[in-house]
Amino acid sequence: MSAASAVRGFARRTLALARAEVLHVIRDRASLVQIIVMPLVQLLVLSNVATFAVKRSPVYFVDFDHSPASRGIVTRFAASDLFDIVGQSASPDAANEAMLRGDATLVVTIPRDFERDLVRDKAAPIGLDLNAEKGSAAGIVQSYAAQTLTDYAAELGTEIVPTPRNVIDGPPSEIPPHPGAAHIDVRLRSWYNQTLDYKHYMVPGILVALVTMIGTLLTAQNIAREKEMGTLEQLNVTPIGKAEFITAKLLPFWVLAMIDLMLGLAVARLVFDVPIRGSLVLLMGSAGLYMIVALAIGLWISALVETQQQAMFTSFFVIMIYLLMSGLLTPIDSMPHWVQVASLVNPVRHFVSISRAILVKGAGLAEISTQLVTLAVFAVGFLTLAIRQYRKRAA
Amino acid sequence: MSEAPVVVDDVVKRYGEVAAVDHVTAEVRHGELFGFIGPDGAGKTTLFRILTTLLLPDSGSARVLGRDVVTDLWALRREIGYMPGRFSLYPDLSVRENLDFFASVFGTTVAREYEHIAPIYSQLEEFNDRRAAALSGGMKQKLALCCALVHRPNILFLDEPTTGVDAVSRREFWELLARMRTSGLTIVVSTPYMDEANRCDRVALMQNGRILATDAPAAVAASFERTLLAVRSPDRYRVLLALRDYPHTQRVYPFGESLHLADDRAGIDAARASSEATAFLHDKGFTDARVEPTPPTIEDVFISRMSAVNAPVAAA
Repeated sequence: MSAASAVRGFARRTLALARAEVLHVIRDRASLVQIIVMPLVQLLVLSNVATFAVKRSPVYFVDFDHSPASRGIVTRFAASDLFDIVGQSASPDAANEAMLRGDATLVVTIPRDFERDLVRDKAAPIGLDLNAEKGSAAGIVQSYAAQTLTDYAAELGTEIVPTPRNVIDGPPSEIPPHPGAAHIDVRLRSWYNQTLDYKHYMVPGILVALVTMIGTLLTAQNIAREKEMGTLEQLNVTPIGKAEFITAKLLPFWVLAMIDLMLGLAVARLVFDVPIRGSLVLLMGSAGLYMIVALAIGLWISALVETQQQAMFTSFFVIMIYLLMSGLLTPIDSMPHWVQVASLVNPVRHFVSISRAILVKGAGLAEISTQLVTLAVFAVGFLTLAIRQYRKRAA
Repeated sequence: MSEAPVVVDDVVKRYGEVAAVDHVTAEVRHGELFGFIGPDGAGKTTLFRILTTLLLPDSGSARVLGRDVVTDLWALRREIGYMPGRFSLYPDLSVRENLDFFASVFGTTVAREYEHIAPIYSQLEEFNDRRAAALSGGMKQKLALCCALVHRPNILFLDEPTTGVDAVSRREFWELLARMRTSGLTIVVSTPYMDEANRCDRVALMQNGRILATDAPAAVAASFERTLLAVRSPDRYRVLLALRDYPHTQRVYPFGESLHLADDRAGIDAARASSEATAFLHDKGFTDARVEPTPPTIEDVFISRMSAVNAPVAAA
């Protein structure tokens, strides 16, 4: 057989099988709707949920000073949509209760003689008690509060020294003036995402998670379903080669995943205002490469297992690990060292960082080339595994 | 091609302790309609899957169309047509789409093969757009046969093609096979139905992974060594119990409407055997029982051979 006719045979058999695969998808209207609509709905909903930004934090004021300066502070907090004032009194006990009840996340204690110290010494202490049950949120609220106070002090040409304390179960107590308190000067400046809009950061990640899940699950079920239905038996007696079979199974779902991704990107841009600073072509190209990896993993699982149920469980196992170790929800830098090393073999991690780099930072080919090469290696590796795993003959 | 299209030599396939195919040796001749006959679990499907390159034998060898099923599988897959016992076409694709699919996989088109598959396809054509899942059992089998034939195979393997199909469709299907056989195509078929054995040129009786006998159906039937009597009585069950005590009973079993009684005396005259059996039943009070000699069928042969194989098991 000549090389040309071998290639023609490969193409003919692959396309015949891919065409049948497309017909399966089109016939199954319910699944088609799920494949297209579900990720979009999830994107719309989850993008609003997954945010690190803390807004309208409930604040309780304990004002022992009752001065224009202390009232100025309250006004500043009231004016910010980051805070919501839930109470104000001169009673630490009332503040204590509010925090215990969970009504207040932050208690600001303004000591007696606050204004006098401010005028006389150009500096005065102030107490910040935080409910640190939710660790990361407490940190964020603290920095917001410190910033608000610093801004106010700057206006007055003075200095306010906040004394933050994290409270989990212990009651807040009256803050004794802290002459030696550390001077906290919080100057947040977020590069690339100046307004620190978490959606810009989260939406691309969620989109990656969704297309990964859809793609991997669809392909993971595919061969397993043919095994269950018995259609594989007939197919295995035909001259369809292993590589042809895997290619034909991959192609239609690759197209579907790319459609999903494009729709998702449109939602991200139009609904969530996510910037697309880099090249869209580069992004889609990287996505195309990444989807080969995600689908090949699914096909490998599918060739490995016997039933659709096994395929589902195995894929969920793999996807959960991949997603949670991808830096999608939690920064990889804060994971234990071994996890950071392990996550290098996680294709999701690489694509999450590629998509964020292109979308938010406007990265070009040079900046993401290492990750692209890594993905290409994964693509070849997982495709090889899938092809080798698929058996046309039982032992 | 001088070698027989199917040559099976001492093939063994085990699943754990159970030998699904237990030292099977068989040969199918050119242009023959060959049947593997046996109950469920006899090893027919396992043997078919070995012959169609889907399963590796543990030992022994098999050649189909002169090619080794283990080493020459890719060439073989182009030349054999296989219809698995379980319906294996895509249920969500239409009749035509299924056919088109298998045609293009083998590098041909339905239009090019039309003449070849027309005898069967003509019966399906009006359902071209119907999904395979919505076809009746008989129609599904015809579609599967079409798909197995669309690439002009040199040999056809049909694994229990008539199981789960109604009686009329079964007869039609066998008539189709007989017609296809006249074109010189070698057809290997398996079935659990003994009455279908007579449709084959030659049959192999299979039981517990072994071949009990291989011959033309008439010759297999003629190999029944005992005198066989048919016993008819309105009180079949009690007559059956009574005949178990008849001193010359080799074996007695229900057969259709009647009972079959194999006399254990070799070479005894049939008329004498039946009159003695009648006399025995009259003594027992079954005056309306009628006993007459009957020609043995393949099923009788099967039951006798099967019991012989099973005897040690039953004793244990």
